[in-house]
Amino acid sequence: MKPAPFDYVRAGSVDEAVRTLAEAGGEGKVLAGGQSLMPVLALRMARPRVLVDVNRIPGLATITPVDGGVRLGALVRHARLATQQNHPLLAEAARWIGHTAIRTRGTTGGSIAHADPSAELPVVAAALGATVHIAGPGGQRSEVATDFFAGPLETTLAEDELVTAVEFPAAERWGFAEFSRRHGDFGLVLVAAAQVDGRWRLAIGGVGGVPVRPTEAEQLLNDGAGIDAVAAAAAAEVRPQDDIHASGDYRRAMTAEFVRRALAPHGKRAAA
Amino acid sequence: MRAEFTVNGTRHEIDVEPRRTLADALREDLGLTGTHLGCEHGVCGACTVLVDGGPVRACLMLAVQADGCSVSTVEGLAGDDGTLHPLQEAFCTHHGLQCGFCTPGMLMTAVDLLDREPAPDRERIREELSGNICRCTGYTGIVDAVEAAARELNP
Repeated sequence: MKPAPFDYVRAGSVDEAVRTLAEAGGEGKVLAGGQSLMPVLALRMARPRVLVDVNRIPGLATITPVDGGVRLGALVRHARLATQQNHPLLAEAARWIGHTAIRTRGTTGGSIAHADPSAELPVVAAALGATVHIAGPGGQRSEVATDFFAGPLETTLAEDELVTAVEFPAAERWGFAEFSRRHGDFGLVLVAAAQVDGRWRLAIGGVGGVPVRPTEAEQLLNDGAGIDAVAAAAAAEVRPQDDIHASGDYRRAMTAEFVRRALAPHGKRAAA
Repeated sequence: MRAEFTVNGTRHEIDVEPRRTLADALREDLGLTGTHLGCEHGVCGACTVLVDGGPVRACLMLAVQADGCSVSTVEGLAGDDGTLHPLQEAFCTHHGLQCGFCTPGMLMTAVDLLDREPAPDRERIREELSGNICRCTGYTGIVDAVEAAARELNP
């Protein structure tokens, strides 16, 4: 199908984008890479009155090293994220996003704002404790990713706010493992593990409305428990539902296995 | 709304509704029907074209977003005298197509792959083509074709 008609505004600045969104009174939508929004428009699951294209806003596509971590402008494309060398965990996760043609267009800000709980970047953001930087009519604000994600495809973003950058702390050690039936599909289960400031953090995608942090499993991991115990604890902490792709029980079993895989390279030290 | 971009080196200026996708603009406004539309929501890969050198789903990009860009489509692969591109030749030789509907997207995806990686192995070829759906061939002929074209282009 074809999208329903809309007005199109090519924003030249963050201020203009925010102003246009505010004027749209809730009927505006931000167009970044479009890899999730365009299908939604084509299927007419959404009919925004105004599309605010942010692709030409200068300065939003920068990758800036910050305290060992990295600050990604909202317009950093997945293809570039996959090849950058500042943050290996982000590079690995980006390689799992869709297909090459999707990664050419898809953006960091778009993925975070879309907040699909089965998408790679939200899971990595939750695992690292990333900070989302947001511009609105009242100025800038920032929020920790796990607070920013409010539910499936839901965030705390107001109708007239725009994600401008996401700051990902460095991981001293990390692992990423994803299970999908076909290459490029959204993961049925995906796991990001990251040691940040000496503490391991885990985030699991595909098993809830937002990326899930299994806090008991994290505690066990930081206390030096074996990987099997950590994996079992993580599986016990998630409550995945049945859907057309997999049963909840299956997703729980895969959670244990993919926590194991994400941590496998660090098995000995994590268990020491 | 006006948009100006080049397609296979030729400059075009069109005046379209903002909701016009790049794929529809190529087909309907410019008459370049080599770019095929299958699913129209980014799943099948049939409409894959190159924009500023990178592969994109032409159904997931608005024509007005291509303003100022350089677009390459399947029509630009063969030489002016009709000589087929080595990938097109290889698709013929290795039975890389049957009905041909997915072929333009397959070709443009393969062009991009061989541009980035001169000698991908079969595993890599399959991985890179995994975003393009073919309902005829079972893919084996397509993988054979891309592998053969890689050898031809980068002996």
